[in-house]
Amino acid sequence: MALYLIRRLMQSGFVLIAMSLLVFLGVYAVGDPVEILISPDADQEERERAVRALGLDLPLWHQYLVFLGRALQGDLGRSFVFNEPAIQLILQRMPATLELAFGAMFISVLIGLPLGLYAGLRPDGRLSKTIMAGSILGFSLPSFWVGLMLIMLFAVQLGWLPSTGRGETAMLFGIRWSFLTGDGLAHILLPAINLSLFKISLVIRLTRAGVRETMLMDYVKFARAKGLTPFRVTFVHVFKNIMIPVVTVLGLELGGTIAFSVVTESVFAWPGMGKLIIDSINVLDRPVIVAYLMMIVLMFIVINLLVDLVYTLLDPRVRLEGKA
Amino acid sequence: MNTLEVKNLCTHFFTRAGVVKAVDGVSFSIGRGKVLGLVGESGSGKSVTGFSILGLVDPPGRVVSGEILYKGKNLVGLPEEELRRLRGNRIAMIFQDPMMTLNPVLRVDTQMIETVLAHEKVSREEARQRSRDALGMVGIPSPDERLKSYPHQFSGGMRQRVAIAIALLHRPDLIVADEPTTALDVTIQGQILAEVQKLAQNLGTSLVWITHDLSVVAGLADEIAVMYAGRVVEQGEVNAVLDAPYHPYTHGLIGSVPSRNKRGEPLRQIPGMTPSLLSLAPGCAFKTRCNRADAACDVMPNLDELSPGRFARCVHPHVGAEA
Ligand SMILES: Nc1ncnc2c1ncn2[C@@H]1O[C@H](COP(=O)(O)OP(=O)(O)O)[C@@H](O)[C@H]1O
Ligand code: SF4
Ligand SMILES: [Mg+2]
Repeated sequence: MALYLIRRLMQSGFVLIAMSLLVFLGVYAVGDPVEILISPDADQEERERAVRALGLDLPLWHQYLVFLGRALQGDLGRSFVFNEPAIQLILQRMPATLELAFGAMFISVLIGLPLGLYAGLRPDGRLSKTIMAGSILGFSLPSFWVGLMLIMLFAVQLGWLPSTGRGETAMLFGIRWSFLTGDGLAHILLPAINLSLFKISLVIRLTRAGVRETMLMDYVKFARAKGLTPFRVTFVHVFKNIMIPVVTVLGLELGGTIAFSVVTESVFAWPGMGKLIIDSINVLDRPVIVAYLMMIVLMFIVINLLVDLVYTLLDPRVRLEGKA
Repeated sequence: MNTLEVKNLCTHFFTRAGVVKAVDGVSFSIGRGKVLGLVGESGSGKSVTGFSILGLVDPPGRVVSGEILYKGKNLVGLPEEELRRLRGNRIAMIFQDPMMTLNPVLRVDTQMIETVLAHEKVSREEARQRSRDALGMVGIPSPDERLKSYPHQFSGGMRQRVAIAIALLHRPDLIVADEPTTALDVTIQGQILAEVQKLAQNLGTSLVWITHDLSVVAGLADEIAVMYAGRVVEQGEVNAVLDAPYHPYTHGLIGSVPSRNKRGEPLRQIPGMTPSLLSLAPGCAFKTRCNRADAACDVMPNLDELSPGRFARCVHPHVGAEA
C-alpha cells in the first residue's frame, strides 16, 4: 500500500510539471496584457518600466523557469490587477466554490440515489419511466438557461429565494461559510440546485443501471434464498455493490464540478473561483489564470488519489490486490 | 407425511418471443431424509423447478399451476412474507456457481449471521457461534479466522462449503442443491458430495439434487426423475432406472446396453439438440432425436407406471420384449 502511494505521488508530480508547462505556454499565447493594463496614452518609457516590473521582457523559457521556481515555493505570481498574490486571491474565493460544489453533490446524491434505486427496482413502472425521461432533460438542458429559469421562477416570480451573492456567512476554521447561516443557505440553494442538475441525472442513471445489473446476480438470488427480508437484500446486498461505481464516478465528477462551476457562478453572481477566473480572463490577468489552472490540476490529482483510496475501501477485492 | 410433494407444477416464462413452458406438469415427492436426483440436459427445466419450490421465480416467469406441498402445506400462492420465513430456514438452496453465490463485498460472517438472524431472535454473539460451528461442520479449517474473510479469499470448493454451511444453519427439512458440484474439479466434487450426504443423513434433511451428471446421482439418490424439455420423462428407484431405463432418452444418457459397469460414467452425448421450448411440436418432445420414433409419437405420451414404482413417458419404452 505504501509503495503504491509513493508511486502514485511521483506520477502526480510529473503530471503537475507537465501541466504547468502546458498551462504556461497556453496562457502566454493569449493576447498581450500590456495592451490592457497600461493606459494607451502612457509614453514609451512608462511602458517599458511596467513591462520590466511584470517580468514580461524576459525570454519565454526564462519566464517559465522563474514561474516554476516561485511556484515550488508556493508563489504563483502577483495579480496584475489586484496586485495581490494570485494564490491568495484564489484561496479567498475557494471556500465559496467548494461549498457550492459540495452542496450540489449533496443534492445530487440526496435526490438521485432514491430515484435511481426506485427506477432500478421497478424498471417498468410509470413513475420509473418519468424519472428516466426527466434525467434526460437534466443531461441536455444548458446550465445557464436552467439557471436563468430558476431565477425567473423562484427569485423574480415567487420571490422565495435570493438569486445573487452568498448572503450572510459565519466563520468556521477561520473561513467564511454560507451554509452555516439560514440566510446563507437560502442564497446557496438556487445555485447549488442549478449546478446539481446534471449530477442528479448522472446519479439516477448510474444507480438504476447498477441496481438492475446487481439484481440479476446470483448472490442476490442466494440472499433471497436465505430468507432475508427484501429490505435487507436491497439496502445491504444490492446497495453495497452499487456504491462502488456511484462513489467512484461522483468523486471524479467533483473535480469537474469545482472547475466548471464557472457558468453557475456567473449566473448567480456567486463570488467563487469561477467568477474570479472569468474576470481574470477578461482582463488577461495572466498570473491569476495560471494559478487558477494549476490549482485545478492539483485538485484533480488529489481527488483522483482520494477516489482510488476510497475505492479500495469499498471493494475488498481491490484491497487485497493493492497489498500484494 | 412426505417432506415435499410437487404436483403438476407448471412454471412458464412470458417472454416477448412467446410463452416458454420451462416446467410443464412436473410431479414428484420426497420422503423425510430421502434424496431425489433431478437429471437432465442443460435447459430441461431443472433449475426453474428448484426455484419454483422456493418461490424464487422472477418475472417474466411465474408458477401458473400445480401444487408444491411442503409437509402438506401448499406453497404456491403463499404470501411472500410466509415464504420468506420458510426460505433458508426450513427449505434451503445451494447454487451451481460458488464463485457467484456469495456477495463479494460482504464478509463471510456478515453473510452467515444475517441468515441466522433472519429467522431467529438470538444475540449476534450466538449467531456468530452458530455460523462458526456450521463452517466447522462442512470441513473448513480454523473457522474463527475464516469468518472474517471475504469470499474472494476462498477457493471455489471452499466457497461452496460456505454456501452449504449457510444452507445448513437452520437444519432445514429440505435442501434444493442445484448442480452444486458441477463447477468444481473432480476430487473436490467427491469430497463435497460425501460431506453433504453424511450431513443430510445425520440431520434427516431431504435433498433435491439437481445434476446433469448421472454418475453423481448413482451413489447419492434414492429416487431419480429424468427431465426433458420441461417434463419428467422417466422416474423411479435409482438403481432400477439406471440398470434398465425404460425411456429412450434415459437409455441414451446411460448408453445402449444397460449394465452395471456402465454406471458411474459421465453423461454421454445424445445426437441432436434440445428442442426450443418456444416452438415445441405436438407429441413427444424427444421424437426429433429418438431412434424409436414413429407416427404414434405425434401424440404426447403420458407418464405411465410401466412396472411398480417405475414411470416413463413413451409409447415405445424399453420394457420386456421390446427392450
Ligand atoms: N428468465 C427467463 N426468461 C425466459 N426463459 C427462461 C428464463 N429462465 C429460464 N428460462 C427457460 O427455461 C428453460 C429451463 O431453464 P433451466 O431450468 O435453467 O434449465 P436447467 O435444466 O439447465 O437448469 C430454459 O430453456 C430457458 O429457455
Ligand atoms: S414417445 Fe416415441 S419419440 Fe418419444 S421417446 Fe418414446 S419412442 Fe421416442
Ligand atoms: Mg440449471
